[in-house]
Amino acid sequence: MNLEELNAIAHSERLAQAQKRHHLHVCVGTACQALNSEQIAKALQAALKQRGLQQDAAVKCVGCPGLCSLGPLVEVISKEDSAGPRSLLYQFVKTEDADEIVAHLGGEPVKRLETPLDQPFFTRQLKIVLENCGKVDPERIEDYIAVGGYQALMKVLTEMTPQQVIDEITRSGLRGRGGAGFPTGLKWGTVAKADPNRYPTNVPEGIQSRKFVICNGDEGDPGAFMDRSVMEGDPHRVLEGMAIAGYAVGANYGFIYVRAEYPLAVKRLRTAIRQAQRAGLLGSNIGGTPFSFNVEIRLGAGAFVCGEETALIASIEGGRGLPRPRPPFPAEFGLWGCPTLINNVETLANVPPIILKGADWFASIGTEKSKGTKVFALTGQVKHTGLIEVPMGITLREIVFDIGGGMPEGKSFKAVQTGGPSGGCIPAEFLDMPVDYESLAKVGSIMGSGGMIVMDDSTDMVEVARFFMEFCMDESCGKCIPCRAGTVQIHRLLTKIQQGRATERDLQTLEELCDLVKHTSLCGLGQSAPNPVISTLKYFREEYLAKIKREPSVSANGKRVEEHG
Amino acid sequence: MARTLTINDQEISAAEGQTLLEAARDAGIYIPTLCHLDGLTDVGACRLCLVEIVGSNKLMPACTTRVQEGMVVYTDTPRLRAYRRQIVELLFAERNHVCAVCVANGNCELQNMGIVVGMDHVRYDYLFPKLGVDLSHERFGMDHNRCILCTRCVRACDQIEGAHTLDVLGRGAHSMIVHDMNVPWGEATTCTSCGKCVMACPTGALFKQGSTVAEMVHNAEKLAFLRAARERRVWNV
Repeated sequence: MNLEELNAIAHSERLAQAQKRHHLHVCVGTACQALNSEQIAKALQAALKQRGLQQDAAVKCVGCPGLCSLGPLVEVISKEDSAGPRSLLYQFVKTEDADEIVAHLGGEPVKRLETPLDQPFFTRQLKIVLENCGKVDPERIEDYIAVGGYQALMKVLTEMTPQQVIDEITRSGLRGRGGAGFPTGLKWGTVAKADPNRYPTNVPEGIQSRKFVICNGDEGDPGAFMDRSVMEGDPHRVLEGMAIAGYAVGANYGFIYVRAEYPLAVKRLRTAIRQAQRAGLLGSNIGGTPFSFNVEIRLGAGAFVCGEETALIASIEGGRGLPRPRPPFPAEFGLWGCPTLINNVETLANVPPIILKGADWFASIGTEKSKGTKVFALTGQVKHTGLIEVPMGITLREIVFDIGGGMPEGKSFKAVQTGGPSGGCIPAEFLDMPVDYESLAKVGSIMGSGGMIVMDDSTDMVEVARFFMEFCMDESCGKCIPCRAGTVQIHRLLTKIQQGRATERDLQTLEELCDLVKHTSLCGLGQSAPNPVISTLKYFREEYLAKIKREPSVSANGKRVEEHG
Repeated sequence: MARTLTINDQEISAAEGQTLLEAARDAGIYIPTLCHLDGLTDVGACRLCLVEIVGSNKLMPACTTRVQEGMVVYTDTPRLRAYRRQIVELLFAERNHVCAVCVANGNCELQNMGIVVGMDHVRYDYLFPKLGVDLSHERFGMDHNRCILCTRCVRACDQIEGAHTLDVLGRGAHSMIVHDMNVPWGEATTCTSCGKCVMACPTGALFKQGSTVAEMVHNAEKLAFLRAARERRVWNV
């Protein structure tokens, strides 16, 4: 497919869509689908048929619009005669409501189901990665092409050299969204320059590439579902980002590593790959240029450590998912010994808009060192849980109280946990801190992949630390001693504290162990595993001390117990 | 090309491509290790050989870090000594390491390491998991209670014997060395009964049947000899 053909598809798809006066978007992300949203879509279709409105309105299954706590969600977009399109969002929709929704098309909204679209949850967000989630049908490539999909790929293939692509990404200031925040352009440049013959390679027969692009979709943090939503809601964007990355670094083969626990994401990615191959947007001679790029899916078997890049590579190679010491980094010595670019789903999803709108546009969003937006999975004790995308530099207060809608009735804010089991708990005193890589690191947490768990005053912080330590203990691969044996002992000490059997001496042992595991573990899993303990010890030490003295950590009225001499 | 670097304020010369561990040992500087064994590839797992490199904020394993011109390395700082002792204590607490009734008593690298790092007591809870002893092989035995999961046996079986009978099952604290697809050793059809795994073992986890307390002497040096003989056709060590 060349650019003219791509534009022709986009044009005819837009024309077809413009003929309908009403568009009913039904969320079929995992959360809404679990609440039967596919049946709702069918019921809406049937209701349209019954009322003879098929020519006038269309039902579309779309990815996650974000507000998961109010699902299943149905958005109705109607063309008004005078003004522009009008959007309505219906919450908690049931199949029985389908007829009523259809009956009110073009008229008054169904009041009992309507939820305002001008609430801060929507208005305070800025969507780049998620711009198509909730808008396009993830199972139709034409729908993605109609909103400008694959234009960025065509642009780099026909107008830009690989070096220009790398320069553009570097200038945009994009940093890895997997958590560590490594500058993406720098990584691309390293892989592009790496010599594939420097190390002995062992590429299986049938794979022609000597460099690889890997999309890390092994999202394992408890409570995190950003990458899942992108892969489910807008899979073509990920493929397009990978192909652009492949062109930039000189790779002709890519792997998407997805957890097997994401069956819907896997299914939609498979569909997307098939469609893109058939359309000539993946495969040989893309867009009539000499560039070829193939993508294959590899399923993870549920090990958290496989989100670590060297363990992920070992898993793709067919070995046990064990990390290895770096250097050499995968950029030089990666998959089967070849230079390999590993980027997170969200990082790659940022690439097409940067190419289309330019590095300067992207760099104008966010803070000095953290550009663009970040997707967070907002969960825990807030009114509105769900998927949000906010510009870097927004404060935690805005996220928790404006977008999240604050605490449920009668509760007060205690802490927010970012970065999952590798992150830390941030207390109320830092609520006005901007959310960017450096600020989060300064207070002992990390950006992480984007899990954000809000905790209210009833939360037992020692239990929080114990929960995350149990997770890391179970997920430790067992290769290095500090992580394998250290996490077990930390978990035992936390249990001892929780049961009121601990002494001051145990607290000291706990701190020494956290220091050991953090500084001597082989990979990121172990190095960050003590973070939840270290941060709660720093900001909520009195809760630990109270338990050591066999006193309840939080009194009945919700106030922290002061130290008694 | 020779490289000049400084280890513990001592200037030393090393060959290009050498690891810090090799360079240090050539210069007579001891760096403790447990998962390293001459003749096997390094995995950087035991973390005892971590060293401080000036200019790097991370501790690096000496066994997998290559020498660089002008490197300034410290291998024996108070911080490293404290970490090493903690690691050895964690190992002693993890499984069942009671030297007095162990076949390897007096010939055990873990026991020696306890002395090297000055471990006079263990501050962590002993976990004493109940793990099995596999005596199904006609000549050798495996006591999982003594295993420190250094994977030297796995690597010896794979890299020197070429059988790859051994591997690791499970993860984290539940990791276990297994034979073939987790069958008793005596039923492992790929095992050649060569005994290289027993030679490689640093503790009393792998032993010759019939050995009793303090009788099991491992012969780990033989593996390096075998490798040199096979790859470089050198028989005198």
